[in-house]
Amino acid sequence: MTSTFLGLPTVAATDTEHLRGEPFPVAARRALADGQLRANLGRATRTIRAKRQAVVDEVDDWQELREAGRALKAATMARLDEHLEQLEAAVTARGGTVHWARDAAEANAVVTELVRATGSDEVVKVKSMATQEIGLNEALASAGIAALETDLAELIVQLGNDRPSHILVPAIHRNRAEIREIFRREMPGVDPDLTDDPRQLAMAARRFLRSKFLSARVAVSGANFAVAETGTLAVVESEGNGRMCLTLPQTLITVMGIEKLVPAWQDLEVFLQLLPRSSTGERMNPYTSMWTGVTPGDGPQDVHLVLLDNGRTATLADEVGREALHCIRCSACLNVCPVYERVGGHAYGSVYPGPIGAVLSPQLTGVEQNATLPYASSLCGACLDVCPVKIDIPSLLVHLRAQHVEQHRATHRLPSPEAVTMAAAGWVMGDERRFAAAQRAGGAGRLLGGRRGVIATLPPPLAGWTSSRDLPAPPAESFRAWWRRTRGEVS
Amino acid sequence: MTSGGVTARDEVLGRVRAALGELRGTLPGVPRSYHGAGAGPVDLDLLVDRLRDYHALVRTNGDGHTVAGLLADAVRERGARSFVVPAGVPPAWLEALGSGVLVDDGTLTPVDLDAVDGVVTGCALAIAETGTIVLDASADQGRRLLSLVPDYHLCVVREEDVVATVPDAVARLDPTRPLTWISGPSATSDIELERVEGVHGPRTLEVILVPAAADPRPPSTPGQSSEAPVQS
Repeated sequence: MTSTFLGLPTVAATDTEHLRGEPFPVAARRALADGQLRANLGRATRTIRAKRQAVVDEVDDWQELREAGRALKAATMARLDEHLEQLEAAVTARGGTVHWARDAAEANAVVTELVRATGSDEVVKVKSMATQEIGLNEALASAGIAALETDLAELIVQLGNDRPSHILVPAIHRNRAEIREIFRREMPGVDPDLTDDPRQLAMAARRFLRSKFLSARVAVSGANFAVAETGTLAVVESEGNGRMCLTLPQTLITVMGIEKLVPAWQDLEVFLQLLPRSSTGERMNPYTSMWTGVTPGDGPQDVHLVLLDNGRTATLADEVGREALHCIRCSACLNVCPVYERVGGHAYGSVYPGPIGAVLSPQLTGVEQNATLPYASSLCGACLDVCPVKIDIPSLLVHLRAQHVEQHRATHRLPSPEAVTMAAAGWVMGDERRFAAAQRAGGAGRLLGGRRGVIATLPPPLAGWTSSRDLPAPPAESFRAWWRRTRGEVS
Repeated sequence: MTSGGVTARDEVLGRVRAALGELRGTLPGVPRSYHGAGAGPVDLDLLVDRLRDYHALVRTNGDGHTVAGLLADAVRERGARSFVVPAGVPPAWLEALGSGVLVDDGTLTPVDLDAVDGVVTGCALAIAETGTIVLDASADQGRRLLSLVPDYHLCVVREEDVVATVPDAVARLDPTRPLTWISGPSATSDIELERVEGVHGPRTLEVILVPAAADPRPPSTPGQSSEAPVQS
């Protein structure tokens, strides 16, 4: 079915700075010219694809787990309001405080106020997509509060004044030599003789962050899962920086999108199998921390949870598009995507890159704000094959393209190039004689083909189609002509 | 926070209800045809294999050692001088660890713990399939920071506390307790996705796997898995 998406009472994110950038074709063209970037990405994604495949192959009920994961997320969304209220009640009953935020600005204001109340002007942070999305670090900085990223890749991005380019490994676009240079330039007190050995680089980060952890009074985290039934929050990580932040400070502030719930404690038995194998390609990630409100005498005694909308309810309003909210941020779809592997995460202009980003970001911002992302895919389907909760990303992309074309038609006098081309193709292919004539005429198109047999630019009015696509030059002989020549007349 | 008199809470919940429309509350079925809790036997060799695969050290009592003997061996070989233990560890462990032991009384700070060489704890359970140990802050495991700050974590796992799979673990754990799932030493793959072990958590994880008979405990300090760590 197609659903129209106009005039619903939900609101897309208003502050979209971290969810959209320049048009994808422009950014992609620049990224494709960067050979170093492509080499770094190719190497890293090849490694992680092989690791994932090996540990997924070990699990003989993988498909059953995926189906359960998909269904659990659908069930979560169907009663999201009830689950949120249940979560709030459970967290509150265990001594935590729950806050709600309609958008990025409101979430940032809540967190800033909570940090101010502690008197601290510094926070340590666990890697969190939600706080990236709302630009929390910048908001805290403008309030005079320094936010220190403690995940190694996030630290590399932060010290390098860079932007994250991958959901799991935000510095995937950097190789070891580049990271050494960033550390030598930006890390206070670093050994100037630091080599580019990954172990040495990781140890440099350990030394730099150790004193920060031991003295930190406030931490900010995201959450991988929240259990509505019990009020339990979970953070899945590898380095131990998460445990440091979740355990040592007095105050813990967790920012979480409203879609990250699971209904029941038992449901984690599914996701704790799906996530690590899909994400880092491990049977289990080194550390998972779970906490339910406040535990007297153990860990932070001042515990907050900020529930963030920021365009999620607008996404939920689209019966087809809401499936993007099922995402558990494993990033397997990035690692298998031929487009992501070549252009990298920055080209998507959003903190959510890759296939899932191409369906999530435009829905969070509204499609018209992010119109090129649904086209940033060849629709090959590899993302659906690896998605641990079976999000049908190719169908969502097509759905969003249709929305874009519809909205374009509603707001522009001239239809979009895709609409023109598809309408023309429909007219030609709808009649056998027209189709045969077009194929004969198509032979002339060979004149436009370059040496590689592709047409890089069609003449107007068809130039819109080739502005971000190459078109194969038509063959010298159509299939129908070949059949007629070798097998006689078409019956 | 309010704007125009409507709280953020009410507005977000209202948006959710509006977004769901007539479909709200319909509950799609959840097929649980995967292997659930109790589906298979516990394989101790698999646990040892999976722990070692992620570079945890493992000692078993193949030659009939008690846990005290294995602890003493581990400490001697490690060359660690100072240890911290939670308040509820069995007396036999304390004897094996010798004089350099600090018992957590709830006041040790992260800086204090940074100065000790290692920590010895029990665990709530271990998962064979994934090589994971889970701590739930029971008396023999203590506060979460104990097993985090020191660089060497020595963990006693009783064979009776090993479960086969993740669903088995979830079925046995109490989510209202603070839980720490540990699979090998801390690690990162953030540089070119190459795994480097030992970042912020303990750089060495050593597991002592023994039958309960080799880890005698006075009646007052059995697993204590149902007691809160510190009740205020």
